[in-house]
Amino acid sequence: MSEGLAKRAEAARVRAMFEAAGALPVEAAVLQPAELLLDLYGEDIRARAYVTSDALRGEQMLRPDFTVPVVQMHMQHGAEPARYTYSGEVFRRQEDDASRANEYLQVGYEIFERTAPHEADAEVFALISSVLRGLPVRAATGDIGILMAAVDGLNTTERRKAALRRHIWRPRRFRALIERFSGRVDVPASRVALLAAQDAFAEAGPAIGLRARREVEARIEALREDAAAGPLAPQDVELLEAILAVQETLPNAVEQLSDIAVDLPAIAEAVEGLAKRTRALAARGVDVAQLAFEASYGRASMEYYDGFVFGFYAEARADLPPVASGGRYDALTRQLGQGAEIPAVGGVVRPGLMLGLKEGSL
Amino acid sequence: MSLKLGVPSKGRLMEKTFDWFAERGVRLALAGGEREYAGRVDGIEGIELVLLSAGEIPRELAAGRIHLGVTGTDLIREKLGQWEQRVEALAELGFGHADLIIAVPQCWVDVDTMDDLDAAAAAFRAEHGFRLRIATKYHRLVREYLRDCGVADYQLVDSQGATEGTVKNETAEAVADITSTGDTLRANHLKILSDGLILRSSATLYRARNAEMTAEARAALATLQARLEL
Repeated sequence: MSEGLAKRAEAARVRAMFEAAGALPVEAAVLQPAELLLDLYGEDIRARAYVTSDALRGEQMLRPDFTVPVVQMHMQHGAEPARYTYSGEVFRRQEDDASRANEYLQVGYEIFERTAPHEADAEVFALISSVLRGLPVRAATGDIGILMAAVDGLNTTERRKAALRRHIWRPRRFRALIERFSGRVDVPASRVALLAAQDAFAEAGPAIGLRARREVEARIEALREDAAAGPLAPQDVELLEAILAVQETLPNAVEQLSDIAVDLPAIAEAVEGLAKRTRALAARGVDVAQLAFEASYGRASMEYYDGFVFGFYAEARADLPPVASGGRYDALTRQLGQGAEIPAVGGVVRPGLMLGLKEGSL
Repeated sequence: MSLKLGVPSKGRLMEKTFDWFAERGVRLALAGGEREYAGRVDGIEGIELVLLSAGEIPRELAAGRIHLGVTGTDLIREKLGQWEQRVEALAELGFGHADLIIAVPQCWVDVDTMDDLDAAAAAFRAEHGFRLRIATKYHRLVREYLRDCGVADYQLVDSQGATEGTVKNETAEAVADITSTGDTLRANHLKILSDGLILRSSATLYRARNAEMTAEARAALATLQARLEL
């Protein structure tokens, strides 16, 4: 059997397992409207996805994943609760590493369900674990919801919290904002001068462009509010850093985060959710005592995940992309639902990598 | 097969390239009249002059269709992924200096840094319902720079010329373009962000790392490098 056919057979086998678990098979178009994906992921996705166009429909994107079309399909005419599976190629532009595949098969499993999110989280993880059973992979897990809850609980202005929430998925920028808000770095000289100026618009020149003067004034007002707000309390910053530093087995992580929640009650509910998920995973036979948890896991690469996140990696090959990955994306359904929303969690596996690990050809 | 040297086919870039080689005793010349895009190299055997648009020289170098080429740092970095593995810079030629920068309207008195641009982009998107538009023809370089700076909620719109006019025409809110003196920016009421320098570019002689070479081409390259003291 050719390599391509073998991968396809492996994908069909995995999809059958997902169907047996109760998922409805669905399809998605290879060409997706680019505008929607760009609005969701930002311009950065152009570096990771192929964009093409015609004179009639404008820019189209070769699907970089199935999640967005599956969510759209569900929001339009899905029954509740729902479980879906799909199988097909996704396309990823590679600009820096020619050894990485730019086209590969993905098989996915997605759950849309309002009740007991920890159960749905555990179901996806346990199912994907069972699909990968026997392969030399290690799992990593995290929970972006805990960091989000910590940001919500900071004793600072709503604007600062919004800025931090917006950059949760850009760890470097998030860190820079924390440094700024905690007064560890100086305010830029240009901002000091702007706020001290008698007439901020003295050097403004003519008004050009779509961004109106009142928008500039509104931002100056926001900068004034920020300057008056005072720095984040050092103990708040320490708590945030303590959360980000948690890197433990799952039961120990729950314990550490519970300790932090004593001083930062805002995360108590999210930590309770983590504890429930841990119990639900154990009930499904996952060896949670050995399962790794990192509070900052999934922030750099999984932009739409806002709760539970996980990945499975080839043990001996840290250079390979994850063999499977997934997580919770409640906020994505909110953005795509035009007013509607539904909690959702899912994951994908790469049959090509599974096969390579099985045959020892990787 | 001879050694193929690609140089810009017109304008000041071509003249200055010819001058640079002439000062080092290698005479490049157009073969026929001024309008014919064929050239020759006097003084060294086995070199073929290929006249090309400066924008196409990176691609030709990467494909190995030319062995040497003169073009801007900006074009090499924009057009070639992993450029260090595909070409080697042999010499900066000392002209064609230009900076790739990010500029915003002078009237945005609240925006001086990339951080400010990011904050303005977030507010702009909330207000106008679309991502803040940055006009450029350097999509890859600008996108990478904005990513490194953690700027979100923007979009790049393609502009192949008169980029500085896009803000006034309201087809973009900001620009990312090449400038040497900043005069055009100022004339269009734009200012460069204080940390908005993406790349310093200048005309550079590159060698293709993956081009096939005959013994003749290899000998010609050695002679040329000796003559140019490279």
